[in-house]
Amino acid sequence: MLLTELVRLALRALSANKLRAFLTTLGISIGIAAVIALLAIGTGVQEYINQQFASAGTNLIGILPGRIQRGGPPGGFGQSSVLTLSDYRAVVNGVPGIVAHAADFTSVGNFAFGSRTSQVQVSGVTPSFAQVRNWNAARGRFIEESDNTSRARVVALGTTVVKDLFEPNEDPIGQVVRINGVPFTVIGVMESKGASVFGDQDAIAFIPLFTAQERLFQRLAFARTGERVISTIYLQAASDEDRLFIQAAAREILREQHRLKPDDNDDFSIISQAELIETFGAVTSVLTIFLAAIAAISLLVGGIGIMNIMLVSVTERTREIGLRKAIGAKPAAILSQFLIESVVLSVIGGIAGIVIGIGGALSVSRFVDFSAVVRPEAVVLAVGFSVAVGVFFGIYPARRASRLNPIQALRYE
Amino acid sequence: MSTTTLEQIVAPSALNGKHEDRTPVIEVRDVTKVYKMGTVEVHALRGVSLRIYPGELVAIMGPSGSGKSTLMNILGCLDQPTSGTYRLDGVDVEKLNDDQLAEIRNKKIGFVFQSFNLLPRTSAIDNVEQPLIYAGVPARERRERAKVALEAVGLGNRLHHHPNELSGGQQQRVAIARALVNNPALILADEPTGNLDSKSGAEVMCIFQRLNMEKGITVVFVTHDPRIAQHTRRIIRIADGQIVGDEPVLEPLIACSDRVLQL
Repeated sequence: MLLTELVRLALRALSANKLRAFLTTLGISIGIAAVIALLAIGTGVQEYINQQFASAGTNLIGILPGRIQRGGPPGGFGQSSVLTLSDYRAVVNGVPGIVAHAADFTSVGNFAFGSRTSQVQVSGVTPSFAQVRNWNAARGRFIEESDNTSRARVVALGTTVVKDLFEPNEDPIGQVVRINGVPFTVIGVMESKGASVFGDQDAIAFIPLFTAQERLFQRLAFARTGERVISTIYLQAASDEDRLFIQAAAREILREQHRLKPDDNDDFSIISQAELIETFGAVTSVLTIFLAAIAAISLLVGGIGIMNIMLVSVTERTREIGLRKAIGAKPAAILSQFLIESVVLSVIGGIAGIVIGIGGALSVSRFVDFSAVVRPEAVVLAVGFSVAVGVFFGIYPARRASRLNPIQALRYE
Repeated sequence: MSTTTLEQIVAPSALNGKHEDRTPVIEVRDVTKVYKMGTVEVHALRGVSLRIYPGELVAIMGPSGSGKSTLMNILGCLDQPTSGTYRLDGVDVEKLNDDQLAEIRNKKIGFVFQSFNLLPRTSAIDNVEQPLIYAGVPARERRERAKVALEAVGLGNRLHHHPNELSGGQQQRVAIARALVNNPALILADEPTGNLDSKSGAEVMCIFQRLNMEKGITVVFVTHDPRIAQHTRRIIRIADGQIVGDEPVLEPLIACSDRVLQL
């Protein structure tokens, strides 16, 4: 018997009891919709995180002082380690293949303009920071080399600081703001990076590195040895392979700089953007799969609903089954008739669920920063799942129908 | 309507003894059927032998509990005998499996039931097409053959009516068309007029008589109604699982009145 024939038969049988078919389908629809929506939202979150990292610059390596623990008890307290300007210079001069590099010294500053104030992060940076972090001034200009050499009191503000200190129609450029009481001239306003998984990225202001160290944070910015302290060293690699090489080379140089013995732990951390993406990606995909699995439980419930209705249907149609057998339907034909019927039920439910799920995911996107992403694989998976549910929960009722004794079935009242 | 004469209908062409040279449609030898009801064995058939030849119009009669239903189920390949042999149109049936039995039912037997057993919410022509679907006939040919079968029972103008839009007699005629559509060797009719008023019953009997006479289709009725039996040309009586009588009907009743004949 042809499949089209069976599907036609199934649709006719189902249309005989439309409300019942609709309610049965609903169970599957809800399950599939939940799976689709959660997968779409999970994928959306993941892509959003990837974008966030990408907007920080590509093939970026960051070197921070101290060890960032990845499990295990924290060790090496007391030997408070710092990165210094000479570490920075040693790495930059000693490691080949670095495309661009930058350093910053970061602390917190109290901003004041007239009666308005704001407390945000202040980063003293080298001019190349803009290139390395892929972050430029939207208006005015960023820090330049001459600002650094002259220890100029100039500042490029993040948009959050601008909002805090200035009226919307006020032009901040050329205005003088006070940071911890020290007057600085605003030379630029940064591009907005928006909120991220790390918080508001625009609550920041940039000043020249040497200005920060010598004119603003003198007490923090020099080690006991008198060396200039650096908060972060940024290195940019040309490619992913270069990145791995640069990481290894930078580590060797820093261990040498810090006079670490072979069995000493590193007193600095080298973090690459790629590794962070991987870590976050692993977390979000586990979460997504977990949520989708919970949603799939509702599919199970929907499947049981289908089985229930198919059993009722087989009983109700005992005489029909008897007749079909009498006029020559083989057991396999009866089996496929009822199996196709339950698969048609669950697939209709699945398709409705896909539509509802996509609609739900898209409407969630309106209320959050990221947009849900419906992958074709997720749709294929959902259709496959609903077929599987139809077969799995339909097989028992269908077998029961195919095994009915035609004589008794024909006599059934 | 062709030029049917009473003589043609009444002509005892199907009497025993004139068929020795032909293959019987039904050849049953020493068939028994024992049901086990718990620990009790019920002997529904105790050694039945009979032959029915092509073109016969036969009634199997007996009271309820006589074993006639069991015999019909075996003749219809819905059930297998406990012992004995059954050849249907030259095929040994008693060794066939479920699939092969289904195929035999599909190709060689047309059933007509007391309660019509039409699929609800399904047009007459779709109902008639059903056996052809299982026979694997292509859709276009199915339509055509179902239409021809419905025309043969005088329902050419009711092709797309659903069972609930048809009278009882018309529904039974759809069922007859369904039984006919695969050109079976045999039509088995189980109390076909049991649910009909006498006028509709006559209509249905008329169609059976005409199909038998004009197309030579073998029809076996299973009934306890003597009036139906009197419309056939041979009555086989069964009681307590055994054949107790087998005689020709010398003057069969004619169901077709002039009105009915003008289908």
